[in-house]
Amino acid sequence: MSDISKLSVKSTRAALKKKEFSARELTQTSIDAIKRKNTEINAFLEVFDDALEQADGADRRIANGENLPLLGIPIAIKDNILVEGKSTTAGSKILEGFIAPYDSTAVKKLKEAGAIILGRTNMDEFAMGSSTENSTYGVTRNPHDLSRVPGGSSGGSAAAVAANLALAALGSDTGGSIRQPAAFCGVVGFKPTYGRVSRSGLIAYASSLDQIGPFAKTVEDVEIIYDVLRGKDELDSTTISEDTYPIQKKFSRTIGIPRSFVESEGVSKEVRENFSQALNKFESLGYTVEDVDLPHLNYSLSAYYIIVTAEASSNLARFDGVKYGLHKDGRDVIEDYFKTRGEGFGKEVRRRIILGTYVLSSGYYDEYYESALKMKRLISKELNEVFGEIDLILTPTTPTTAFKLGEKTSDPLSMYLADIFTVPANIAGLPSISLPSGLDGILPLGIELTAGLGREDNLFIAGKEFLGE
Amino acid sequence: MNKEKVLNLAKLARIEIGDEEAESLSHEFDAILGYVGEVRNVTNIGQSMFNESMLHNVMREDSQPHESGRYTKKILEQAPAREGEYIKVKKIL
Repeated sequence: MSDISKLSVKSTRAALKKKEFSARELTQTSIDAIKRKNTEINAFLEVFDDALEQADGADRRIANGENLPLLGIPIAIKDNILVEGKSTTAGSKILEGFIAPYDSTAVKKLKEAGAIILGRTNMDEFAMGSSTENSTYGVTRNPHDLSRVPGGSSGGSAAAVAANLALAALGSDTGGSIRQPAAFCGVVGFKPTYGRVSRSGLIAYASSLDQIGPFAKTVEDVEIIYDVLRGKDELDSTTISEDTYPIQKKFSRTIGIPRSFVESEGVSKEVRENFSQALNKFESLGYTVEDVDLPHLNYSLSAYYIIVTAEASSNLARFDGVKYGLHKDGRDVIEDYFKTRGEGFGKEVRRRIILGTYVLSSGYYDEYYESALKMKRLISKELNEVFGEIDLILTPTTPTTAFKLGEKTSDPLSMYLADIFTVPANIAGLPSISLPSGLDGILPLGIELTAGLGREDNLFIAGKEFLGE
Repeated sequence: MNKEKVLNLAKLARIEIGDEEAESLSHEFDAILGYVGEVRNVTNIGQSMFNESMLHNVMREDSQPHESGRYTKKILEQAPAREGEYIKVKKIL
């Protein structure tokens, strides 16, 4: 077999069952492609040395007639999701050489479903970024145009799928870190409802927003992986059960457009045009489209950056050079902390921790953090009310196509604005999916569908109809 | 925001940074806080909104989650410095 570009997870499972090729051949094809292309793309930080051994194990099980949803499918894992016995760094120097002592629940479930854990992918350090330029281990490049970013923070996973180095990948999404790179790389990226997938073994960034989800080439593929990952886990007390969000509205193909939000300043002409084409397509598929009024949606990004920096400053306090990871020696314990954290964290991580310390500090807590939490509640309430009337909200995934490497690195605020359309789903915990919606020249464009709490099913129906699956 | 304030925040966050970084962060923070500070303008959100929240605490028994020592070796292996079964740190007092 020469490459995996024509294969989906679904078609590969069928081919493996029919013995058209073996899991070993498939895995070897991925490894060969990584050898050829990874030097320039830098999507993978490591291909696991036991990948072929895992493939042989899968082939034996296939020969025995075993049938599991991901049996023999090689999947790439973002470098902040623990795989037992493997290095996991979250793209940071502070975790250089750290070996995961246990599997994350997500990886454990993939293994139980027969998947081959292929390797780990590059990311913005601790998932803080929108371009995968903040990794200690070099930038990842967009496979469609090597002078451009793949998006972030799960840029390595998105690029791996887009460049046909892996059939599918896992990412994490705190404010768009799955959907934004999926749009920039022209693949499907999906963030489930908050609490749907266990975060046990995901290196925490902002715990009230973080969620794990899949990348793949089709909606059907992300659904297959999602069905494997989902479910309550006693190791993550925020996981939800099937009856947490009872179904309140039958799916009726109604789409809401937050018009003024979609037409925000900074949304490029190409994105606006592509968005109206997508709208027309949904109408031609029989969807009813109406404008919805969400007066506080525009505040999502502001609330988001206050909440993430606050939670990051707290979550990342655990990296102290004592328990694991990098250690830099000072005169005493406290100086060990200062040196380890000063040298171990990259610039963006230092920026966010220090800013988070500020918004939580006495005198500013009420002004910033408390206000942001109230705003989060208000936006959630408005969105939940709207989902009583409509099934889906449609926006572009990103305000522009993939930007040039280095274009936004010296202006953090302009980088943060790349997340404007993706953060509301995290703020309100909603499931959301980015679908490829065409090209501007060689650069992919994406649209984003968001559904009510627990209504991943609506996203899959509409996503498949939109992509003609 | 100014350089001294940033240096003090970095100290609270236990991160060593230089004067130059503190200076540039102070300007970036002004820009970022100028933008995100818009959340302060919304005053029509009362405490009642928090009470309506569907969120609740999830508690479990404070019991032994797994047999003692199961992960001890693997976790200790990750420590930068150790002595026997202990993680080693500098003298505190």
